[in-house]
Amino acid sequence: MKHLLEVKHLFVDLPLPAGMLHAVRDVSFHLDMGETLSLVGESGCGKSITALALMNILPPKAIRRAEILRFEDTDLLRLPDEQMAQLRGAKMAMIFQEPMTSLDPCYTIGNQLEEAILEHKGISRHQARERAVYLLDKVGITGADSRLKQYPHQLSGGLRQRIMIAMGLMCGPSVIIADEPTTALDVTIQAQILELLASLQREFNMGMILITHDLGVVARVADRLAIMYCGQVVETGYTADVFANPLHPYTRGLLDCIPVPGKTKPGDKLGSIAGIVPTPIGDLFGCSFRNRCPQAGADCVQNVDLLELSPGRAFRCLDRPEGLEVSS
Amino acid sequence: MIQTALQTEQITKTYMVSGGAFRAKRPLRAVNGVSLKVPTGSVLGLVGESGCGKTTVAKMLLGLEKCTSGDIRIADASLKSLSSKQVARYVQPIFQDPFSSLNPRKRIRKIISLPLRALGIGTPAEWDKKVDEIMEVVGLPSRLKDNYPNQLSGGQRQRVAVARALIMRPEVVLCDEPTSALDVSVQAQILNLLIDLQTEFNLTYVVISHDLAVVEHIATRVAVMYLGRVVEEAATAELFHNPRHPYTQALLKSILSPDPGLGLPRTHLGIAYPNPIDPPSGCTFHPRCPLADETCTQQEPQPEREQDHLVACFKPSPSKEKTHDA
Ligand SMILES: Nc1ncnc2c1ncn2[C@@H]1O[C@H](COP(=O)(O)OP(=O)(O)OP(=O)(O)O)[C@@H](O)[C@H]1O
Ligand SMILES: Nc1ncnc2c1ncn2[C@@H]1O[C@H](COP(=O)(O)OP(=O)(O)OP(=O)(O)O)[C@@H](O)[C@H]1O
Ligand SMILES: [Mg+2]
Ligand SMILES: [Mg+2]
Repeated sequence: MKHLLEVKHLFVDLPLPAGMLHAVRDVSFHLDMGETLSLVGESGCGKSITALALMNILPPKAIRRAEILRFEDTDLLRLPDEQMAQLRGAKMAMIFQEPMTSLDPCYTIGNQLEEAILEHKGISRHQARERAVYLLDKVGITGADSRLKQYPHQLSGGLRQRIMIAMGLMCGPSVIIADEPTTALDVTIQAQILELLASLQREFNMGMILITHDLGVVARVADRLAIMYCGQVVETGYTADVFANPLHPYTRGLLDCIPVPGKTKPGDKLGSIAGIVPTPIGDLFGCSFRNRCPQAGADCVQNVDLLELSPGRAFRCLDRPEGLEVSS
Repeated sequence: MIQTALQTEQITKTYMVSGGAFRAKRPLRAVNGVSLKVPTGSVLGLVGESGCGKTTVAKMLLGLEKCTSGDIRIADASLKSLSSKQVARYVQPIFQDPFSSLNPRKRIRKIISLPLRALGIGTPAEWDKKVDEIMEVVGLPSRLKDNYPNQLSGGQRQRVAVARALIMRPEVVLCDEPTSALDVSVQAQILNLLIDLQTEFNLTYVVISHDLAVVEHIATRVAVMYLGRVVEEAATAELFHNPRHPYTQALLKSILSPDPGLGLPRTHLGIAYPNPIDPPSGCTFHPRCPLADETCTQQEPQPEREQDHLVACFKPSPSKEKTHDA
């Protein structure tokens, strides 16, 4: 079966004064309709750059390469810029990491919501307004008529985040990429917004890529996940499976770091990962995690391929957990 | 006898803020009658949503903001009667953002010794020795002494902040979101460090965090704030197992523990965010409360303490059997 979105061997390089930054290195994944895939990892591991590469809105000097970058039947690698712009904001939508910087302070909420749809679809201003009111109601904003006349600074962070979601949905996308949609919010609002995203996703049968560093969010929302480290996917699989049987030492390290109510005893030592994340600049070789890895051996200076255990389940480590069976 | 390291008595802080163009300034009650008592060697967790007044309480405890009314007692003296030097010897802060709270143009050793230099305690030779000692305590390699903050990782920078707070050997350390800007692997290191130091030096912490799993892990008691007031306060295990205020219940329900399969919680909290300039009448939580009735919209609930568990609500959940696993 053909996937809604397919990414194979994606690379993104950013030329910096200090050398070439390999921000995304050989990332592959796919997404189906109605499904949520999470990209997880610590700051700087390349989550946002991966998303920007899909939308083709990378920083100016960035170099993007891939074997396959396909959305529905469209080859995104060979798509002319104007057509990509058409797709963006229409069938492929993105909710950005910082709502305040991605809303224009000079325009009303109404103007900003309607802009995209007026550009992309031949509909009237009146119809656009109707859709905006409908979606504001969907995202739980009451009194839509007066809200549409307000400016971004007049709204709280939680409301702005809801507006960003409504904006992403204006044109009825089939893929939505949400980059840390709830990171800046209170836990109570976070739970509400995630619930909202999940229900809208079910209703419109969208595929969603949810970018986050919060393992709690991933556990509760994602069907599948890909753990990134230093620009690479180091482990991928179904959420329940990865949490129950983490295969990569980095994944195990991350899971040990968080206090789990009911499991970690208060005041006990938390697991931790020694050392710091290296910046992937210059010539890279071997496993990027080896200088922090408790299991690292002499072999780890070799490049490590992603080992696929079963469809959708793979990891990138020479150390094979005991009893692991590799099906062909 | 258990000593009290820190105590607040009905403290309030009112800011005058502009009510919009052409309008007179209006009072904003950021902190509204907060009474807390922190025993020596314990950890008080302070939680509640953005804007509820946590940082303002912290600033008042540090003497950085004056109380509009009420009193703070540290080491059995009123904060008002102490010099800023005396306060600084007793209470030190660790702030949220290790990237902006350290002066980028100063070397690490200067940053760490700042409290000593600012208050003129000791001689330059002593400062150097103390910096070496404290860097070792918090696990910073001494080769970093002459580096600048931007040459350090996030975790190292937060260790610098911890070292700076501890160099005065304070009794109380106030941590305002000490790990929120950090990745989980670094957060775990800092939490482990804070817990180690606490047992080693019998420190008292006030920890402000929006991460309730972190608070449950580190705190002895927890106070839940809503719009400038403490609405519930109890021992950590008691509060987490037997939350009585509907706001605390919603807050705890919203924690996303890493449990695949549990799905997303439904909190039944209204989405109407209150405006602190124009707080709701009666119980300020009533517009979002699923249990609210007439009384709640008209009268303010007074805090009541039952078995060392304080709650301010007209309709608190019944108190369960006391939990013994703490
Ligand atoms: N505009 C840019 N110019 C130069 N380098 C960049 C730029 N944007 C990102 N980078 C670098 O690319 C790498 C990947 O960054 P990216 O933003 O994808 O990280 P992330 O996983 O989204 O992190 P976070 O969780 O902090 O958002 C990092 O090393 C980052 O410093
Ligand atoms: N200097 C000030 N002038 C006017 N209002 C202020 C000032 N400082 C804080 N406030 C207001 O007081 C209230 C409490 O703010 P405070 O910073 O204590 O909240 P907080 O609980 O720390 O929130 P957060 O979790 O977002 O850090 C807020 O409504 C805030 O806007
Ligand atoms: Mg990012
Ligand atoms: Mg604060």
